[in-house]
Amino acid sequence: MATYMFLLYNGPDDFDNISPEDMQGVIERYKAWGDSLEKAGKLVGSNKLVDEEGRVMRGRGGNITITDGPFSETKELIGGYFAVNAASYEEAVELAKGCPHLDYGTLEIRAIDEDH
Amino acid sequence: MPDERSIPQLVDHLFRRESGRMVAALTRSFGTGHLQLAEEVVQDALLQALRRWPFHGVPDNPVAWLYRVARNLALDRLRRHTLIRGKEDAVRESLSLAASASRAGAPPDARLDGEITDDQLRLIFLCCHPSISRDARIALTLKTVMGLSVGEIAGAFLSKDTAISQRITRAQRLIRKRKFPFEVPPPDELPARLDAVLEVLYLAFNEGYSAFEGEQLVRVDLCAEALRLTTCLAGSPPTDRPVVHALASLMRFQMSRLPARVDSSGELVRLADQDRSLWDPAHLRAGFGHLDLAARGSEQSVYHLQAIIAAHHASATGTETTDWATVVGYFDQLLEMHPSPIVALNRAVAVAHLHGPSAGLEAIEDIRDHPAVADYYLLPATRGELLSRLDRPFQAAEAFQEALEGRCSAPVRRFLERRLAKAKERAVAISH
Repeated sequence: MATYMFLLYNGPDDFDNISPEDMQGVIERYKAWGDSLEKAGKLVGSNKLVDEEGRVMRGRGGNITITDGPFSETKELIGGYFAVNAASYEEAVELAKGCPHLDYGTLEIRAIDEDH
Repeated sequence: MPDERSIPQLVDHLFRRESGRMVAALTRSFGTGHLQLAEEVVQDALLQALRRWPFHGVPDNPVAWLYRVARNLALDRLRRHTLIRGKEDAVRESLSLAASASRAGAPPDARLDGEITDDQLRLIFLCCHPSISRDARIALTLKTVMGLSVGEIAGAFLSKDTAISQRITRAQRLIRKRKFPFEVPPPDELPARLDAVLEVLYLAFNEGYSAFEGEQLVRVDLCAEALRLTTCLAGSPPTDRPVVHALASLMRFQMSRLPARVDSSGELVRLADQDRSLWDPAHLRAGFGHLDLAARGSEQSVYHLQAIIAAHHASATGTETTDWATVVGYFDQLLEMHPSPIVALNRAVAVAHLHGPSAGLEAIEDIRDHPAVADYYLLPATRGELLSRLDRPFQAAEAFQEALEGRCSAPVRRFLERRLAKAKERAVAISH
C-alpha cells in the first residue's frame, strides 16, 4: 500500500455565474467523493492551497531570486491536494475517477516515493 | 454508525436560503442603491465556500461560516468603497439578525422552508416595484430574491444572458437613482404593491410550468421557488391576505398534477388522460387549505377563480365526473375580470366538454386571430383535438401541423407529432 497525491489543478473556479443552488450541488459532489474515500479508509488527508501570495525561489550559483507567484491566472496552478492510500496506480486512478474535479480541471496523480 | 453522523451535512437548499437572507440583510445595511454590491459580497462568500469546502470538508456550522465570511467581505468592501461610509455597525447588526433567523431551527418542510425574514419581505417589494418595467421586475426578482443565475433566467425566458443582465442592471440603476426605500409598503399602498409582487410570482410559476424548450416539460425548480415565496408571503403577517392564499392554492393544485403529467418514458399526458390517483395528496391538501383561507372576506381575484377551477378538477375523479357547467361559469367570470385569449382558450376546452367539440371549436374561432396567441401551439393543438373528435382528420392534421410550427418543449413536440400521424392515418382510411 502506498500513498498517492492527487494534485488538483485550477479549480473549482469559473463559477462566477452559477446560482447558489448549483454551488451547493458542486460542493456536495466533492463532499460525497471525499466521504466515500474516508469511509473506505483510503483518505490520508486533503488541503487547499492559498490561491495568491506564493513565492517562487530560484537559486543559481549562490544567487537566490525571490518572486511573487505563481498567480491564479497561471494555467498550471495547483489549487489543492488529496493524499490517498492505494495499492497501485491502477487503484489510484479508479479512486480518482469519481472526483468531480474532472468536470472542471486537471487532476494529476503522483505516488509518494517510500523507498527510503 | 456513529462515524457517519459525525460528518456535517448540508441542509437541502441551504445556499439558496442563506444567500437570499444575506442579500436582504446587506441591502438594508448598504442601502437599496447598493443592491448589486450586496449580491456581489454574498456571491463571493459562497464562492469561498466552493473553493475551500471540497478540500477542507463542510465546517461544523456551515451557516455560521458563511455569515462570518460574508461579514468580513462586506466590511472589507466598505473600507474600499468611498460612497458607503460608517455602515460597519449596520452590517454587523443586520447580518447577525439574519443569522439568528437561520439558527432558529430547521423549517418543518425543508422543501418549502416557509419562513422569510422581514428584510427578505422588503427585498421582494423592492424588486417588484411597479416603477420597474415588468420584464425587469421578473428578472431582478428571479435573480436577487429567488437566487437563479442569469443563465437560468435567460433559459426560462428564451432570452440571451446579456439581455437579462442588462435588464437587471437597468433595474438596479433605477432603484439607485430613485432611491426606493427598503420597506414593506404602508397599508394604503400595500394592496397595489402586493398585486405587482403576485404577478411576478405567478408569471415565474407559469414560465416554469410550461417550459417552451428542451426535454423538460416543466422546470420544477422555478415552480418550486415561486411556490415557496408565495407560501412565505401567505405566512407573513403583513401579506397574509386572501389573494395571496388564492395564488398559493392555485400553485399547489398545479404542482399536485406534476407526477401524472409525464408518463414513465417522459412523455406528456393530457389532463383528460391523467391517472388522478397520482396527483400529489400533500399538494392537494395544501391547495384546499389555502383555498379556505382565500375565501375569507369578499375579495375575488383572478387567482381565486383559477384556484376554484383547479379545485373542481381536483375534486372530480375524471373528466366525465367534472362539473363542467360550473367550470364554464367560472371561466366566464374570469374572462370578464381579465379578458385574455389564453383564458378564452381554456374556457373553450371546458365548453367542448360541456356542449361537445363543435361548440368548443366555435368558441376558439373568436380568438384565432388574436395576436397574443399567434405563435401559441396550444391553440391549433386544441383545434386539432376537437377536429379529431369530430372525425375531420384532414383539418385536424392541418391544425396539428400548425401547432408544430409554434414553440414548444421536446415532449410536447413528440406528442403533437403522434397526434398528427394519427390524424393522417385516419384521413387515409376514410378516403379509401
